Amino acid sequence: MSDQAEIWARLARLTPARIGLGRAGSGQTTRSVLGFGLAHAQARDAVHTPMDADAVRAGIEALGLTVRAAASRAEDRATYLRRPDLGRSLAPESRDALAAAAGEPCDLALVVADGLSARAIHENAVPVLEAFRPHAEKAGWRLAPVVVAGQARVALGDAVGEALRARAVAVLIGERPGLSSPDSLGIYLTFGPRPGRSDAERNCISNVRAAGLAPDAAAFKLAWLIGQALSRGLTGVHLKDESDRALEAPDLPAALVQG
Amino acid sequence: MAYRHVVGPRTWAFADLATLMAKATPPRSGDRLAGIAAESAEESWAARWCLAEVTLKEILARPLIPYEADAVTRLILDTHDAAGFAEIGHLTVGDFREFLLTASPETLARIAPAVTPEMAAAVSKIMRNQDLILVARKCRVVTKFRNTIGLPGTLAVRLQPNHPTDDPAGITAAVLDGLSYGCGDAVIGINPASDSVQALGDLLHLLDALIQRHAIPTQACVLTHVTTTLEAMERGLPVDLVFQSIAGTEAANASFGVTLDLLKEAHEAMLSLKRGSLGDNGMYFETGQGSCLSADAHHGIDQQTLEARAYAVARPFRPLLVNTVVGFIGPEYLYDGKEIIRAGLEDHFCGKLMGVPLGVDVCYTNHAEADQDDMDTLLTLLGAAGCTYIMGVPGADDVMLNYQSTAFHDSLYLREVLGLKRAPEFEAWLHAIGLTDGAGTLLTGAENRLLADAPGLAA
Repeated sequence: MSDQAEIWARLARLTPARIGLGRAGSGQTTRSVLGFGLAHAQARDAVHTPMDADAVRAGIEALGLTVRAAASRAEDRATYLRRPDLGRSLAPESRDALAAAAGEPCDLALVVADGLSARAIHENAVPVLEAFRPHAEKAGWRLAPVVVAGQARVALGDAVGEALRARAVAVLIGERPGLSSPDSLGIYLTFGPRPGRSDAERNCISNVRAAGLAPDAAAFKLAWLIGQALSRGLTGVHLKDESDRALEAPDLPAALVQG
Repeated sequence: MAYRHVVGPRTWAFADLATLMAKATPPRSGDRLAGIAAESAEESWAARWCLAEVTLKEILARPLIPYEADAVTRLILDTHDAAGFAEIGHLTVGDFREFLLTASPETLARIAPAVTPEMAAAVSKIMRNQDLILVARKCRVVTKFRNTIGLPGTLAVRLQPNHPTDDPAGITAAVLDGLSYGCGDAVIGINPASDSVQALGDLLHLLDALIQRHAIPTQACVLTHVTTTLEAMERGLPVDLVFQSIAGTEAANASFGVTLDLLKEAHEAMLSLKRGSLGDNGMYFETGQGSCLSADAHHGIDQQTLEARAYAVARPFRPLLVNTVVGFIGPEYLYDGKEIIRAGLEDHFCGKLMGVPLGVDVCYTNHAEADQDDMDTLLTLLGAAGCTYIMGVPGADDVMLNYQSTAFHDSLYLREVLGLKRAPEFEAWLHAIGLTDGAGTLLTGAENRLLADAPGLAA
């Protein structure tokens, strides 16, 4: 048995899946039942913990970026979970405020949205923006103020981007938390944002978190995709993420990002 | 034509059959999201009283989506068993419920081809959970590929060894884990992270080699789009089961990139490979309430009726396996444990009544109001209902799809509590390799011959 236990421990290192748990009769061991319960509790808390918008705002302003607040038409979490249509739509007062704040047409609007995990935003949004800012400066993109949006779905970015007269919008949003990844951030890039865009017209960078895709790497991918989107005038299924190739050929990224 | 029901001083009116069926549906968030749910509890029960008076003949005569407008409606009506329908057509929905409660397994098998999804859905709406369990338990749907699925007193398990990057060693480790818990008789089925044919080929070869090396009486599947599987078959890759997600309307299937003709082409290609040793049931379909609404292709019809229509899409292809992924889509369609449990029992009942080998992915996401206790409840009820198969996921945590399903252990629990056996050929194999005793119970401390694979993995 000890040989077998050793083999299972070795096999368990080959996958993040919960293998080699052992059993107590037909049931799971106490250790695995409690471990699962705790992980589920963390994922649940990630869904239901409200975003600390003030702290997020302060963190982004400390990077030297301007911030505007916005809200969707979903008034609370319970409504947000039942009515995805409301989470995709800007509250009228937010729409008016953003339209009033819009300046000249710009290249990119950045939206930080709670989505399904405020924890993902608290832990990852500022590091991603911090890593992204040098790319934007180097490329000379004109940025709209960063919008911090509550009870928001991905498509809320379409209305924000339109109101801010941006050529493209990037939404940093808390992803649906997995049992082993309650802190995962997703980034969705849409060229020509306006309400009615479909998910097939977006590019996605997912699993951005300390134990997944690191903020630096995510910012690099995002900058590569924005460069492509602005020069080719599209995002979505026809824009394949080949930033890995750019990473392997160190001379290439600057030229591509500026393209 | 409007339907009416009088309750005391109040007359409830329902504009047409689709409205009546939507209002008669036990409450769920997806129908509210679509704006078609009953607006009060009394309206919902008035609708059920009214629906109970409608005859099956009338349901057949009033397609919810017109024949000309939808390929699924055409399939349902063109393949309807008119002769078998003579036995039940005169019944009202209310009488049909009582007919089903008293019917023998033979009667239920005889009428299955005459039951349209709309009839199955209608009667389910006036049935309590115990009715759904009792009738489904009497329905026998047996299918075969390399083993025999669906015999009375059995429960099969799909072994689901997903990995976030399709790593072959990680997937093999999870397969060995699942087999060691006696899981995998329904299928060893991987949801791949990549959708390239190259990646698909690697995984198909991996599973084929593993099944051959250990002479396992089961079948493999990589759950990718049917067009990719077709290409794999053309390239001569070892495809056992052909998988596709399907839905209950032509437009929703189109949003999945699927037509009935495409499914027919894939079915014929699968048959020509002749890889099943015991039978040729080689199709595997997944479904789930809410998919039509999510694709904006619901035609104002409630999500449970549309789900039953997906089983009509599956039925002509004589699938080995069909399962609803009941809590996967999220709380905007099924809000909490109560709604997920009800939907799981409805889906299983409707599928079985229509003669489809229904299994259930008993599952939920972290933003739904549900937990493992709810899943234990649904799992136990489905075991009592004679569910064809459930999922086996390491520790119930799918690390690729980010949702919670049932663990390998959960099938052991259900077998012990309800005395359910595996597919007989698989049960015999487990005994032959020394993992189980003669009664199918896992042996403690037995030498595990499957682990002969392990040193190669570590290298």
